[in-house]
Amino acid sequence: MTEPLLSVQHLGVEFDTDEGVVRAVDELSFTVAAGETLGIVGESGCGKSVTALAIMRLLPQPMGSIAGGSIRFQGEDLAKLPVARMEKIRGARIGMVFQEPMTALNPVKTVGKQLIESLLLHTDLKVEQAIRRAIEMLDHVGIPSPDIRMGEYPHQLSGGMRQRVVIAMALICRPSLLIADEPTTALDVTIQAQILELIKALQQEMGMAVILITHDLGVIAETSDNVAVMYAGRMAESGTVYDIFDDPRHPYTQGLLASIPRLDHASKTRLTTIEGMVPGLLDLPKGCRFENRCSRRQARCATHAPVIETIAEKHKVSCFNPATQPPHDAAINT
Amino acid sequence: MTGSRTENLLELHDLKMHFPVKEGILLRAAKYNKAVDGVTLSIKPGETLGLVGESGCGKSTLGRCIVNLYRPTAGDIYFEGHEISRLSNREIMPYRQNIQMIFQDPMESLNSRQTVGDILEEPLIIHKIGDAAARKQRVRELLNIVGLPARSVTRFPFEFSGGQRQRIGIARAIALNPKLIICDEAVSALDVSIQSQILNLLIDLQKELDLSYLFIAHDLAVVKHISDRIAIMYLGRIVEIADSDDVHSNSRHPYTRSLLSAIPVPDPRGKKQRITLEGDVPSPIDPPEGCSFHPRCAYRQSRCASDPPSLRSVGSSTHEFSCHFDLKF
Repeated sequence: MTEPLLSVQHLGVEFDTDEGVVRAVDELSFTVAAGETLGIVGESGCGKSVTALAIMRLLPQPMGSIAGGSIRFQGEDLAKLPVARMEKIRGARIGMVFQEPMTALNPVKTVGKQLIESLLLHTDLKVEQAIRRAIEMLDHVGIPSPDIRMGEYPHQLSGGMRQRVVIAMALICRPSLLIADEPTTALDVTIQAQILELIKALQQEMGMAVILITHDLGVIAETSDNVAVMYAGRMAESGTVYDIFDDPRHPYTQGLLASIPRLDHASKTRLTTIEGMVPGLLDLPKGCRFENRCSRRQARCATHAPVIETIAEKHKVSCFNPATQPPHDAAINT
Repeated sequence: MTGSRTENLLELHDLKMHFPVKEGILLRAAKYNKAVDGVTLSIKPGETLGLVGESGCGKSTLGRCIVNLYRPTAGDIYFEGHEISRLSNREIMPYRQNIQMIFQDPMESLNSRQTVGDILEEPLIIHKIGDAAARKQRVRELLNIVGLPARSVTRFPFEFSGGQRQRIGIARAIALNPKLIICDEAVSALDVSIQSQILNLLIDLQKELDLSYLFIAHDLAVVKHISDRIAIMYLGRIVEIADSDDVHSNSRHPYTRSLLSAIPVPDPRGKKQRITLEGDVPSPIDPPEGCSFHPRCAYRQSRCASDPPSLRSVGSSTHEFSCHFDLKF
């Protein structure tokens, strides 16, 4: 078996806060094969963005640090790489797209300047060649009259255009992995559709792998090959997109799927909900982190934390009492 | 729209809200941002009207006109048959009590220096309702209705999670027993599992308190879930309005169609034909001539560029759309 492109094993991330050390990500393991898309889904504070920052080694300093585990990428452990070496990988072999394009772009530099920056840093291209490549890339991500846009500033572009520029920046060095953290959350649905299609098309063409982080299960279903469901810093369930949507086993995954309003459901009916709230990272329960909201909890759930176990080829669940059948509410098809 | 005005709780007649865009050294209003440009619609007692559109389509401005945060440039707002858009601050008071609002970000709409008790009591004080003891009792009652513990009274907004803060916002909105609540992206900032809790609360409250909602949101699936009827807005105008189920299964306007097709479906097998719209929404300062949707419309013909369509009804009289063509999708 060939080694996956990215293999995260037992990753832990800690933040040193005024109130004490917070473990934002705990015992997280997953792999991404070349060319495939992994969707990481979860609610605010579940650690999905922190995971992305840990892989990129961009955790806020000095509070955040990787506390255990490994991040193997193309034969190297990113968790232990010296900063100088990491800078050669970041932007060149791993690209990243953030949620809010306006904060990802430098407002006082032209689009062109920002685009050629990483080319000049990571490749041997001359300035003129870099400019040509940047114009090609802008054209590629669907920006009309790219040569004119090169000289413009981010504020002169619309939200959708800015996100296209950010994608062009992330892909200009042809990375083998793209990490997209809520790339479409700030955009309108019609623009979101454009951007997701663009990422998909570029992925196929360039053969890169994508980690797509989002809270939107609809986006996950339409884009991902494999899905990881995170809850309060841990992996609740992972598997192929069909495992997760057709046959969810973790009570949290089931609850999440059942609580989405769907267009083909009757109006003005009560939604199935998950009662209660996510526990705070400062006082996490000793046992399973979902225990206080879980409809299938047992006595041991309060005292012991379940370990993630494989139940089918790729399907893994971290639960003492996983559901055996998909619930009716989560039944798929229209 | 000549029917009896008492039947509808709220009626908007050709409502316009144009904001001056000041330019030059003299700051003369050379142009106008036509945020709302001729909207006519109505809400019946106990009904939820959903209002959907993309950023900048004017949906929030419309909501703000109804609660009198903006004075409309033209047109009328009738509440229970009374025109309310040109009343003085004093005259508007009794209507304010009946029309309340819930905002998107409860952190920004709740005063962070007030306790939850003070926040909920304030509307009662302003409208001179009850004595101190009765008000305290009402605050406890409100907390109970929205599912917050009684001890919340002495807490501050920052001590609550996003979902709980939205419950506080809802408690404040229902404090005066209003008839109509404008929900402006009331659940957009919440996580899915919390969003469903708040949607359920809104549905329950509507039944218990006989409320009407104008539910403004960009997420058509959420709006469809809570609404009886849905209005689709584009560049300051309503392009289609129909019963919720008709919007989903029987929509006629190309914009509604593409909006529907753009929504990602939480079903990996549900791959469908997507009508991807090209380009962005044009600026409401210089909206396109003719049909304002025509530059992005896949079905446009020459007359669309010059001749603006108006709303017309199809089949059942409650379904209206504004397109020159009746496209069979």
